[in-house]
Amino acid sequence: MSTMYVEQIGVTGPGLAGWEASAPVLRGDAPYAHQALGKLSAELLPANERRRTTNTIRMALCAAQDAIASSNTPAEELATVFASSDGDLEIVDRICTALDTVERPVSPFHFHNSVHNAPAGYWAIATQSRRPSTSLSVYDATFAAGLLEAMTMVRAEQCPVLLVAYDFPPPPPLHTARLIGEPFAVALLLHHEATPASTTRLDIAMADDQGNEDRMQDTTLENLRTVNPAARALPLIMAIAREEAATVRLPYLPGSLLHIECTPCR
Amino acid sequence: MNPLQVSAYTVVSAAARGVAESSTALRDGRGGLRACDFEDASLPTWIGRVDGIEQSPLPERLAEYECRNNRLAQLVLLQDGFSETVAAARARYGADRIGVFIGTSTSGIRQTEIAYRERNREHNELPAHFRFRYTQNIFSVGDFTRRFLELTGPAMVVSTACSSSAKVFAAAWRHIQAGLCDAAIVGGVDSLCLTTLYGFNSLQLVSSSPCRPWDAQRDGINIGEAGGFALLEPPQPGATAVQLAGYGESSDAYHMSTPHPEGTGAILAMHHALDAAQLAPQAIDYINLHGTATASNDAAEDRAVTELFGTQTPCSSTKGWTGHTLGAAGILESVFCFIALEYGVLPATLNLQHKDPALHANVLDAPMEHDVQRVMTNSFGFGGTNCSLIFARPG
Repeated sequence: MSTMYVEQIGVTGPGLAGWEASAPVLRGDAPYAHQALGKLSAELLPANERRRTTNTIRMALCAAQDAIASSNTPAEELATVFASSDGDLEIVDRICTALDTVERPVSPFHFHNSVHNAPAGYWAIATQSRRPSTSLSVYDATFAAGLLEAMTMVRAEQCPVLLVAYDFPPPPPLHTARLIGEPFAVALLLHHEATPASTTRLDIAMADDQGNEDRMQDTTLENLRTVNPAARALPLIMAIAREEAATVRLPYLPGSLLHIECTPCR
Repeated sequence: MNPLQVSAYTVVSAAARGVAESSTALRDGRGGLRACDFEDASLPTWIGRVDGIEQSPLPERLAEYECRNNRLAQLVLLQDGFSETVAAARARYGADRIGVFIGTSTSGIRQTEIAYRERNREHNELPAHFRFRYTQNIFSVGDFTRRFLELTGPAMVVSTACSSSAKVFAAAWRHIQAGLCDAAIVGGVDSLCLTTLYGFNSLQLVSSSPCRPWDAQRDGINIGEAGGFALLEPPQPGATAVQLAGYGESSDAYHMSTPHPEGTGAILAMHHALDAAQLAPQAIDYINLHGTATASNDAAEDRAVTELFGTQTPCSSTKGWTGHTLGAAGILESVFCFIALEYGVLPATLNLQHKDPALHANVLDAPMEHDVQRVMTNSFGFGGTNCSLIFARPG
């Protein structure tokens, strides 16, 4: 009951501009070159909605649209899981700054964008999807928890699920209170059964284990993995990019890991 | 779907502490709203503030979690013998086989508001006492609950605005179904903060008087705080505890802060819940409405409810007792449904004086003694997130 199939992946991160460009880097066929994120544009949103979005929302939607770009699965049929440790800390900063003034002028746009499910709401508007959607956080274990929630949804609802994990660096003064050193978002399009478009079968199990989660060999990618909770996904998407059977160990809650058996579908 | 048994539950809101007090408050029409007296907020509105949080510090071993939200969580966990019941379940299942699924919208953001107020303005530095991970972070209340109850199974915090602690029932059911745990603690905690008070005020959604769901004169919400928890496990033979019989989730795909005017997403969520429970609409004996008392929310929900259920099914909104408790609304109103099922009293819609003639649902304006078998509760939120739950007595 813990099997699901990956159809597509989307990624947005420093030097990782989309899955097509990133897969050769993760396979080791091309060198990794750190490069700051370019302008984030959530093209799937109507212009009037796009204007109201933030860096965090646009980054999450960039990865999401990358994951469906070459898929035949209609976006409006996807249930979604949006996993983020801390959501939109730029908005938290703006609201808390406004609250520290005499008039306390909280912007209505900032306020409605402050909900943890803001990217999920914009995604639904953009794709006209009325499917179920969960937004969650488990601090540094957020990616693994999102993967588990997506797996249980895929299995229980027997429907395709788009998992989007993202975290964006906080501005000062929050940057010293919460280390998110780089922006990163990843999206996985998941199915309950194999389709002609499936790339990898995932079998997931929770395991008691400590200290031996998988790391990245490239030191810059390993740094990225450790400074952003969503980037804990890197060993998994590297295994998928390599199209080889592998067992990936991802950090989950303290004292536990996820063991993920990756089996190529073709 | 396979039902889950609600083996134990507890709740604290502005109206009451614990289940027994809550059932009395619902029966007697004694609400907990008051003119806004939260910290130094100077807004002409009413709120649902829980008394005693300021006097309830966390124990030494959990001191790093100190914030209003986790204090409220602790206050709730200490009611109704809930922690003792969980301890017995822990002995039965093992700590690693019980999952923790908690909803919140703003977590411990009050602590961040305080840290900004106390920050060093010259160097733009937050005070050393600010513990981001244990307060501001969305998972904080899930982490706290797990530590407090000494559980080590799967855990997560759902944060989907005002549907958060309804959706935890769905997440828990799926995790149990997938074999990741055998039982689950579900719950929700949201506490007062300036962010939501001034934020909803900026959207002109707060009322300057006690909120009046379904009333012709309704003009907005009162923000409240609350917490609640329940223990879910597979039905035990012969048990009489109420059961989670169905859940339904959907998205509006319409607007970030306004519901679809025809209630399209709400209809879908209720429809999915009925399908999951394999019930026809006529089988539902009572609906606890989301009923926030804004003009557009109540109108959209009325359309959705009457489209699916017609105009006879008894309904009420309990926001007049508690205010809108945001991420805690789902669990709070689920507990009010458990009370309706176990005590046979359907709450009125407090503060409803003149029902809006444009609304047609059978909204109760007085409490009704009525034996009910199956009830539904609705939770809808910003971002167009919807969740409906069905609870039933077994058999």
